[in-house]
Amino acid sequence: MLKRVTFRNSWLPYLLVGPQIIITLVFFIWPASQALFQSVLIEDAFGLSSEFVWFDNFADVFGDPSYLASLQTTAVFSIATTALSLSTALLLAVMADRVIKGASAYKMALLLPYAVAPAVAGVLWLFMFNPANGILALTLKGLGYDWNHILNGGEAMLLVVIAAAWKQVAYNFLFFLAGLQAIPKSLIEAAAIDGAGPAKRFWTIIFPLLTPTTFFLLVVNVVYAFFDTFGIIHAVTGGGPYQSTEILVYKVYSDGFVGLDLGGSSAQSVVLMAIVIALTIFQFRYIERRVEY
Amino acid sequence: MAEVSLRDVRKSYGDTAVIHGVDCAIADGEFLVVVGPSGCGKSTLLRMIAGLEVITGGEVSIGDRVVNELEPAERDIAMVFQNYALYPHMTVFDNMAYGLKIRKIPKAEIDTRVRKAAAILELDDDMLRRKPRQLSGGQRQRVAMGRAIVREPSVFLFDEPLSNLDAKLRVQMRIEIKKLQETLGITSVYVTHDQVEAMTLGHRLLVLNAGNVEQLGTPITLYERPASTFVAGFIGSPAMNLMPAAIGVDGASVALPGGVAFTLAFGAQNGEPGRPVTLGVRPEHFEVDDSGAITLTVTLVEQLGADTIVHGALGADEFDVTIRMRGVVTIAPGEKLSLTVPSEHIHVFDRETGKRLG
Amino acid sequence: MVENRPYLTVLTHLIMVAGLLIVLFPIYVAFVASTHLTEDVISSVQPWFGDQLIENYGTVLQSGKENAGGVPVSIMMWNSTIMALGITVGKIAISIISAYAIVYFRFRFRMFFFWIIFLTLMLPVEVRILPTYKVVADLGLLDSYAGLTLPLIASATATFLFRQFFLTVPEELAEAARVDGAGPIRFFIDILLPLSRTNLAALFVILFIYGWNQYLWPLLITTDTDMTTIVMGIQRMLFVADAVPEWNLTMATAILALLPPVVVVVVMQRQFVKGLIETEK
Repeated sequence: MLKRVTFRNSWLPYLLVGPQIIITLVFFIWPASQALFQSVLIEDAFGLSSEFVWFDNFADVFGDPSYLASLQTTAVFSIATTALSLSTALLLAVMADRVIKGASAYKMALLLPYAVAPAVAGVLWLFMFNPANGILALTLKGLGYDWNHILNGGEAMLLVVIAAAWKQVAYNFLFFLAGLQAIPKSLIEAAAIDGAGPAKRFWTIIFPLLTPTTFFLLVVNVVYAFFDTFGIIHAVTGGGPYQSTEILVYKVYSDGFVGLDLGGSSAQSVVLMAIVIALTIFQFRYIERRVEY
Repeated sequence: MAEVSLRDVRKSYGDTAVIHGVDCAIADGEFLVVVGPSGCGKSTLLRMIAGLEVITGGEVSIGDRVVNELEPAERDIAMVFQNYALYPHMTVFDNMAYGLKIRKIPKAEIDTRVRKAAAILELDDDMLRRKPRQLSGGQRQRVAMGRAIVREPSVFLFDEPLSNLDAKLRVQMRIEIKKLQETLGITSVYVTHDQVEAMTLGHRLLVLNAGNVEQLGTPITLYERPASTFVAGFIGSPAMNLMPAAIGVDGASVALPGGVAFTLAFGAQNGEPGRPVTLGVRPEHFEVDDSGAITLTVTLVEQLGADTIVHGALGADEFDVTIRMRGVVTIAPGEKLSLTVPSEHIHVFDRETGKRLG
Repeated sequence: MVENRPYLTVLTHLIMVAGLLIVLFPIYVAFVASTHLTEDVISSVQPWFGDQLIENYGTVLQSGKENAGGVPVSIMMWNSTIMALGITVGKIAISIISAYAIVYFRFRFRMFFFWIIFLTLMLPVEVRILPTYKVVADLGLLDSYAGLTLPLIASATATFLFRQFFLTVPEELAEAARVDGAGPIRFFIDILLPLSRTNLAALFVILFIYGWNQYLWPLLITTDTDMTTIVMGIQRMLFVADAVPEWNLTMATAILALLPPVVVVVVMQRQFVKGLIETEK
């Protein structure tokens, strides 16, 4: 936490932490407390007066069918995205761990999507699924399936899930690969001598040893699906059709900036904060059980 | 060149006292070794002299200056660290020159001084251009010494500088440090937990135990007249045999519980009859003598070539004793040896305080 | 790999190639589309590159898409670069000095400051957008580079990374420096900064990508089209009412949007991997 030998200087440390503290106070602590404050107020339409309403905003939020629908949408979206990207990444990582020739080239290419912005990832997939000229949409049409995510909510959801998972595979792949490479080779060899084949070894030795990595990635992926995917939703579907892809972050944005419902939007923000804090604490509690990289 | 004096130096962290008042005057050019088991406070003491730890009580002076409030850089000292603490991103030359650069010493002089130190330590030009990670353990050790030498300080401080080296290199570097200190004649304080290192290097040794000075003296004094059972057990290898005993009824002899009595060399002045004491005999001071009163049943024999270490049980109550015999001695477990000890080699300590009697 | 059965090796490579296809195919499709005329991609799929590469990229860079506000993509890229570099350099600079203070100095309120910084680790900007927007508006920073970058600099990740790293630097190094006569500032510049080189590089890669890819924040605080960043600019090109969708130009913009971070990842792959893993510790 602190070095045995520390410098003694009366003003320098304050000067050094100063910039970060000021920025944190101005752009974080202050707005966050504003959000908390706003969440218990109702403002009139002109912002002239406000009234303290206890938890009415929260009650409104949770009583609002569209919020509950958004909650459900978020759950579906994050579970699907996490499951898709984790399973793909695990498969690829296990394979990459096996190959000797060309391993670094594979690795390099698989890491690329991480660099692509969520919104851009969304645009790439949007183009391929575009009903008029998208290569995948036209292929599906050729197979007799009429794809149109602009009208079909389920297809829209599938599209954003694919785009979100595509981008996140890179990250998961890297951590799974690191986790796999941290497993001592002697363990695998011992299992092989005990007569376990590749598939059996994976499920009885490798997968259990990867649990800490998987667990950690689970939390990271849920956080990613909750927050970082705003760009995908906004660029690809705009929450539609008919709110079928309106996840919580998107709703905070549309209620606050488009609908101008400050109290409601702040209350939603506070709910989101609570979710992140819960996830973070959850993660910190298990942090010591993580594998060493 | 300077003498160093410690006057009632104390250190505590909060309510926990770790150094309980150390007094010691180190003469100009002297090599003092501070020795003790880990956790005895020896490094803390050294770091207080260096200025890396705040001095809680007492006074440290170097030359004629009290240095308690001075920064390490102002104390005119140089320090060699246990892990060498070489700056990993600088070349060997820059490592040695860094302190001089900060002191704004002219470039030409820095160059002369570094090259001079490098020559003393047999570091060639090629070595000076390397980074620490490209050096072996012994070479890093030399660079750490070189960094201290170029400073031309009044005092050298060594914090277990050899403990990261393998056994063979440690012996070699120990000899080099000793030669170097004699050549340069710079007052040195050297901390170690290794009693062999302490005995071979120091003009005088300061034995520290749990923050207290057990004894301060030359290596031979410590060996011949240890001031306490702690020093007796710490200095010498194998360690001195310490046996429970009691002063005999005549007040001038001491008897092991088994009944074997030794005459006390120091006479009867401490001899309250029956007083419980600890009797100490070094393994090498037992003599095999067929008429000897002590009977040892051999349990284990270790052949070292030059010496033979014999472990055995003494007397009726089978007290474990180690003796050292010169050369190769053929003896098997189960055999019995008759032994004597010349009375001048008997050490007697108070059983309660552990302090030497006589 | 314990077994050396050929069919397993073949299967492994097949799956890896399939993975590569999934990863690279969308980029390939976009790139191909960006080399054709608008008419050629409006209702059909082009399998191979066309001959409009220079024209299309020239058009978007110089004049942008007419029907989407006509902001040249070069301006957007410039804005993105300023934002990405501002966030990267700003974050690294304020983080490394605050981590230095917290690890190497003993001072009043040290733990208090530590916790304030720690709090910011927990909450991404997305959850506090509305009030942060108000603060930035009140400070008159809308449509400015400061408004784009400053609020995103307030994050604790980098501070924690440096703190972790500083704690692994041997104590004796600072002590040796003190014995050598180096004060806190000299120690920082001469010893600590050079030792942090690899961490700085790793963090640079991660933060550059993070900064370049920002979407929600620039969307909120820029209304002036000259302040548009490329990642959000793309979205404006997608939904243009009553116009022929110029997919070729949109895809050219998409390629330009992903190019800088992808190049950074390719060129600095080692630092990138290190950065990703370290920032999550």
